[in-house]
Amino acid sequence: MFRGFFVKTISFVGYTVQYGCIAHCAFEYIGKFVSCSGPSMEPTITNHDVFFSERVSRHLCRIQKGDIVIAKSPFDPKMNICKRVIGLEGDKVCTSGSSDVFKTHTYVPRGHVWLEGDSLQNSTDSRSYGPIPYALIRGRVCLKLWPPHSFGILAESPNNGRIL
Amino acid sequence: MAQTGFGRRYFKAFVSGFFVAVPVTVTVLDRLAYVARVEGASMQPSLNPDGELSPDVVLLNRWSVRNYQVQRGDIVSVLSPKDPQQKIIKRVIGIEGDFIKTLGYKNRYVRVPDGHLWIEGDHHGHSFDSNTFGPVSTLSPFQFPPNLAGFSRSCPWSGVSHHLATQSVAADRAVCLSRTKTAVKLGWSNRGWL
Repeated sequence: MFRGFFVKTISFVGYTVQYGCIAHCAFEYIGKFVSCSGPSMEPTITNHDVFFSERVSRHLCRIQKGDIVIAKSPFDPKMNICKRVIGLEGDKVCTSGSSDVFKTHTYVPRGHVWLEGDSLQNSTDSRSYGPIPYALIRGRVCLKLWPPHSFGILAESPNNGRIL
Repeated sequence: MAQTGFGRRYFKAFVSGFFVAVPVTVTVLDRLAYVARVEGASMQPSLNPDGELSPDVVLLNRWSVRNYQVQRGDIVSVLSPKDPQQKIIKRVIGIEGDFIKTLGYKNRYVRVPDGHLWIEGDHHGHSFDSNTFGPVSTLSPFQFPPNLAGFSRSCPWSGVSHHLATQSVAADRAVCLSRTKTAVKLGWSNRGWL
């Protein structure tokens, strides 16, 4: 009787390990569900929306301008940020605000990306801390799942002038 | 009839084994440990003292850095901020909040920002490190310190032996630098000073 119980426990642990590893591989290499909070990406993303973010384009290095990406915060490795890619390496980005008279530009260094939130007034992004390394990007947000009335692919950037 | 039965059983066994072996291996390599070969001369004499003749193979311990706790003196493997597909192995000189006196960086003194590290190769002047690109963010090192334990010369994996450090760095933990033909090297390397 004790032996049967022992065998059952071992097989249960074995199945848990196997399915845990499969889940890890799926989350790491295919995609996962994320929930974003904060006002920096309005109106594209509102508070507590649920998305599916895919990891395939990150591993194949196919992130493009205009994609919304999830990245690790450069100042706190335990926090994630969700922003739009405005410039890739070598691109020219505008660093001055829309109300400034003189426009300043800078070039994104090699291996870095320039991120900005869609809601320019409520977002701390590359305009404050500079371009972030491409290696910090964790995935690309591709599909909005909740709330159901705005299900589907995410919209283009509402700030047309930012992407040069 | 018997042939088809055998083929189907074989196929089923193969698929079920595949779905156990591949995810478990990938998870172990991502979360626990990872083996890598060191190229280049930027960490001489600690790593690759013979240069390209016999490159060292190191075991990278990913489990110990799952909470991003890295100490000064650890050797870490990071993703290069200039090229996200290249990994570089260097030593941590400063963690967040430290003031570093740099060697050839654009500012003479640098305060390491929050969430960043200052890494340098042991072979100063031949190293592509923070003196070139500045502090690195803690998440781009997602692979972490080589966990080093000693190996005897006779055969690999036979046991763990610790020897005292042969280099002139002050260390408060024993370091083993024995080199074997298979070049699998594990050991702790810790610099007691900043």
